[in-house]
Order: sequence, then C-alpha cells, then structure tokens
Amino acid sequence: MYGYYLTIVLAPLAAAIVAGLFGKQIGRAGAHTVTILGVGISTVLSFFVLYQMVWGGAESENISVYTWAVTDGLRMEVGFLVDRLTALMMAVVTFVSLMVHVYTIGYMHEDPGYQRFFSYISLFTFSMLMLVMSNNFLQLFFGWEAVGLVSYLLIGFWFKRETAIFANLKAFLVNRVGDFGFILGIAGIVMFTNSLDYVEVFGQAESIAAQDINVIGGMPWNAMTVICILLFIGAMGKSAQAPLHVWLPDSMEGPTPISALIHAATMVTAGIFMVARMSPLFELSTTALAVVIVIGAITAFFMGLLGIVQNDIKRVVAYSTLSQLGYMTVALGASAYGAAIFHLMTHAFFKALLFLAAGSVIIAMHHEQDIRKMGGLRKYMPWTYVTALVGSLALIGFPGTSGFFSKDYIIEAVHASHWAETDPLVYWIAYLSVLLGVFVTALYSFRMFFLVFHGEERMDAETKSHLHETPWVVRGPLVLLAIPSAIIGWLTVEPVLFGGFFGDAIVVNEATDPLLRLGADWHGQVAMLMHALKTPVLYLALSGLAVAWYLYLIRPDIPETIKTKLSGLYNVLDRKYYFDDLWIKGFGGGGRRIGDFLWKKGDELIIDGVLVNGTANSVGRIAGLVRQIQTGYLYTYAFAMIIGLTTLLGWLIWLR
Amino acid sequence: MIGLQHYLTLSAMLFVLSIAGIIVNRRNLIMLLMCIELLLLAVNFNFIAFSRYLGDEMGQVFVFFILTVAAAEAAIGLAILVVLFRNRRSINVEELNTMKG
Repeated sequence: MYGYYLTIVLAPLAAAIVAGLFGKQIGRAGAHTVTILGVGISTVLSFFVLYQMVWGGAESENISVYTWAVTDGLRMEVGFLVDRLTALMMAVVTFVSLMVHVYTIGYMHEDPGYQRFFSYISLFTFSMLMLVMSNNFLQLFFGWEAVGLVSYLLIGFWFKRETAIFANLKAFLVNRVGDFGFILGIAGIVMFTNSLDYVEVFGQAESIAAQDINVIGGMPWNAMTVICILLFIGAMGKSAQAPLHVWLPDSMEGPTPISALIHAATMVTAGIFMVARMSPLFELSTTALAVVIVIGAITAFFMGLLGIVQNDIKRVVAYSTLSQLGYMTVALGASAYGAAIFHLMTHAFFKALLFLAAGSVIIAMHHEQDIRKMGGLRKYMPWTYVTALVGSLALIGFPGTSGFFSKDYIIEAVHASHWAETDPLVYWIAYLSVLLGVFVTALYSFRMFFLVFHGEERMDAETKSHLHETPWVVRGPLVLLAIPSAIIGWLTVEPVLFGGFFGDAIVVNEATDPLLRLGADWHGQVAMLMHALKTPVLYLALSGLAVAWYLYLIRPDIPETIKTKLSGLYNVLDRKYYFDDLWIKGFGGGGRRIGDFLWKKGDELIIDGVLVNGTANSVGRIAGLVRQIQTGYLYTYAFAMIIGLTTLLGWLIWLR
Repeated sequence: MIGLQHYLTLSAMLFVLSIAGIIVNRRNLIMLLMCIELLLLAVNFNFIAFSRYLGDEMGQVFVFFILTVAAAEAAIGLAILVVLFRNRRSINVEELNTMKG
C-alpha cells in the first residue's frame, strides 16, 4: 500500500509542477490533460484504498516516509497515517477535486490564466492530501499552511481586481489569527509530550490531562483544555467559525470552481477533520468541547440568518457553507465525531454541487451574480435546474437525500448528548440553534432557488437572448455530484454512524457517546424516515421551504415591506452583525493606529528625530560653537599658544 | 655692576614686546616677520647671558646656529610674502583669514 499512498500524494504535485512551470510549452489542452490525469490517478487509487479499508480488510497503517530532522529527541518526519477516517477524506477530496478539474475546462476556457489555475488546483489537492494523510503535527501544519497559501493565491486569482486582492489578504490575515492559536497548541503538545507523532501524543493524552498550566499569572488551567482550545482556534480560522468567519464570504471573489472545491467542499472542512482526528485529546476536556459546541451553534444559526439578506448568488451559498460548518462543529462538540465527518462528506458533495450549479448559472448569465437580476432560468437550463434542486433539497435535509441523514443525526446527537444532563445552558444554546437553523437553511436556500430558477425573468433582453444550457464539461460534474448528493446518505448512514466504521481513528468516551445511544434505536433507513415524520426537524424544513415559496413567488412585495418595516434588523444583517467593522475598523484600524503611532512618534520622533538626527544636530551645534574660536587670524592662534604655554609653565613651576 | 638679572629682564622685555607685536599688529605681515625675528633674538640674549654666567661656551655656539636658521627662515618668509602679495595684492593680516572655520 506504501507505493499507492506515495502515488496518491505525488501525482497531483507532479501535475501541478508540470502545468505551473511548463504551462506555455504544453499549452491549454496539455495543462488540463496533465492535471486531470494526475488527480484522476489519485482519485482511482484513493477509492481503491477506501475499498481495501472497508471491504478488503486492510489494516490501518502508520508509515514514516522520511525523517527530516531529529533534535533533542523530537523527530520531525514526513509520514502517512492511513485509517478509515483518512481513507474517507482522501476519497472525498480527490473525487470533488476531479469534478472541479473537469468543470474548470468549461468555466475558465476564456481566461488567460488557464494553466496557472490548473496548476494551483492540483497543488491544492496535493496540500489537502498531505494534511489528511499526515501522521504527525508538523506535516499537519505543513498541509494546513499549504492549503491556506493556495487558497490565498486562488481568491486573488484575478489579481487585477481590487476586491479580490482585498479578499485574499483578508483571508490570509484572518487565517493567521487562527494559525497563531493552532501553532501554540502544537507547541503545547510538544512541551508536554516531546513528540509530534499522533500515536505517541494520543498515548500520553491522559498524562497531559492530569497536568495544569499557568496561562495568566497564578490561574492554573488544565493543560488539555488549553491545548484543545488553542487547536480549536486554528480550526475556527480554517473552518470559518464565528468570529473568525469573516474571510469566507469575501473569498467568493475567486473563480467559482475554487469556491466549490476550497471554500465549500474540502479546505474549510480541514478544521472539522482536525478536531475529529484529535478526538482522543478533545474527549479529555469537557471545557474545550463546551467551547466547540457553543461556537458551532452560534455559527450555525446566526450565519444562516445572513444568507437570507444576501443578493449575490455565490454569497448565499457561502453563508450556507458557514452555517453547515457550524453544524459540523456542533456535532464535534457533542462528541458525535462520526456525525460530523458524515455531514462533512455529504456536505462536500451537495455544496460542491450547489457551487458548481451557481457557476453554471453565472456562465449562462455572462458573469452576472445578482439574483435579483435572474429568474425563470428553469426552462433555459433544465440540467442545471434539476441538479441545483437536488443540491438544495440535500442542503435543507429533505427526507431521503444525503443531507437529511447527516443533518438529522447531528440534531439527534445534540439531543442525545451528555450536555442535556451536565450543562443545560450549553445544551439549549446548541439544540435551539441547530433546530432553528433548519428553518433558516430552508428559507435562504429556496429563496435563492426560487429567485434564480422560478418567477418572472428579470434579466435584460441582451442577456436573455444569450441564455443557453452550459456545455457538457460543466454539466457532467453537476450530474456526477448530484448522484452522491441524492443517495450517498441512504447508502452509508448505517455503517458510518453506527457500524463502528472509524474504528480506532476516532476515540469517544463510551459514557458520553451520543451515537452509541442513538445506535441502540437504529432500525434502518425506512424506520428513520418514519421517525422523522414525528420530529419537528422535518416540519421546520418544510415550513422554511413554504415560507420561501410564499414570500418570493406568490407575494414578492412582502419581503420589501418587511425590509422597510424592520430596517434596523435588516441593517444589522446586511452589515453582517458588524463583524467586518469590528475586524477591519476595530482590530485592523486599531493595529494601524498603533502602527501609525509607533511610526510617527516612535520611529520618526524618537529614533530618527532624537537619536539619529539629534546626535548629528548636537554635534553640529557644538561644532558651531567651537568654530568661533577658529578665526583664521594668525595672531589669535599665537595668542592661544602663548596662553597655553603660560598655563603649562605656571603649572610646572607652581603646582608641581 | 650689571648682573645676570638685568640681562634676563631685558630679554624678557624684548620677548614680551615681540609677542605683543604679533598679537596686536593687524596690518602688516612684514611687521609680523620682524617680531618673530625679535623673539628669536630675545632667546639668543638668554643663551649668551647664561653662557657667560655659567662659563660654558656651548650657549654661544647655539646662538650662531639660531642666527643662521633665523636668516634662512627670514629669507623663506619674505619669499612667501612676495608670492602672497602677487596673488592677493595685499599683505594685510586682517584679510588673510582663509583658515577661518
């Protein structure tokens, strides 16, 4: 298997290098051929590995590939830990990536940066695979930063746009905040265990949890809580949890295939994956899990609300991504790691699908992204319409779709979690957020869906005359993603959630494992559908759908009325709870004011003014005084000599 | 009887006079050169007086050396003076301040 793992990782890297450095020589066709070939090889092998893991009886493997450095007993290595969690992630990453590669041929075919784009997305696939396959924290951090870098490059892909440059800088800076926590967490782990290797660290988890650490003078904190919260701050940056979510909506400045691949399906789930991978650590700190679940709940509900007021088709999907990431985080906080990874997987399919469908609409609309100028696209783009419908239904958790199983089990897991008994406040925050989030999700998803595909045609005549279905390279990936979006939940819910699928990869305290409790009541998919009829979740989703239908198709005047009546609330939502202002004006502006102060006062005044120029000036002033003595007249010098001589003589004669 | 102290007093008077000449004179460079000569003569006076007083001939030999050097120095000084005058059309000390800082 060793050779397979290396090939899976290196094939996209080789393709990225070829497409990136020799893009001119191999041309456009060459660039997409070589990168699709590279990622295709990875995809096939990843599915083979997954197959071997699940049905072939392959054991999980922990392989060290290369020792980079050994210092003071700390081994820095490149290595692979491949178990079922990794195998599942590899399959999802490579599959979505392959779909996006194919789709890009259609989406970017007029773009002058064609080869560069293919090189970047292949490089991204490599980085993401390094991240998920890592067996140590150093490589995890490498992959973490590498995906961040590629994300930065791709958000600013159209680097002549002012907004794109702002967005990629913002994404990079906000991620630095998260990474600061992340690297401190890794440092904490190294401090306590003197090891970077997952297996060794997890083996010593109990001893870390038994120790205290002084964070702020004289306040002992449990070491595990501190480490886990720091690691989770990293996850908050990467997985865009409030309040570090601000970069994700802006990242929609990048080309749509990127939004699908990086900012919806794979990279942003790296934080979720990381926390699931660190489950042996997180399980030992209840405080850290409480932080995780509350942050997740806030993100899930409040970011969903923002989706309702957005008018940019991609931003609506972006806010739904934030909200769904919040759901996954809630599942992590409820110790239902399996449910989080399950939702991660289904979400990867249907969210990539929704983004690519949005991209398809954008192509047809000649890069118009405002949903107020769309409408009635159903009859022009039947394929996009059907696939987007599948994606939207999966997103709102319509019974039977993949999203139904994954999201329903997150809500059930929160309901069954130990928080209900141990901390009712946390429990109610989380439970109400995820429950109301279902209604909000349905509302904004179908608001967008109805505004784009139904209703009157609001585009101008020029655009309308050019409306047509997109080519097969665009439609193909949509169909291929729509299939798993529809059925994968049904097929995999039982083994993934209740079949002990992840084995040793995810460690949960048996006493508090909500999935274990739920598993006792599991009687198959049909029984679950029946059960869903009796829970509020389904009705919330349907009522959200119905409200969207009524407000945006039957009585389009009502939303306008609400907007004017509740202008205060609308403004708060439209300004995204003022988080952008907080970060940009508060922290960014504050930072710049401090910088300005240090520059003007510290550098220009004290260092330049007083120290450097001050020294020169005082030398000049003293020299100016001394210069008065140098008259240039001989008699002055002669006089000075006489005075000196007399003084010397006087000293010699009388004072000695 | 004229003793050593009279000679030394005269010598000191000559010395001070010539120094005063150097410091006070602000017109003429030739006067300056003359004052310098007078300084040397005052020193010579001391040499001879001590030579006689101590009965040591060395002092008088020294005076001859000093006179020779002073003559050479006066020649060079006057030569410089002539060149200076040609260049600047003036030997006024007040105007010779190019060394002013």
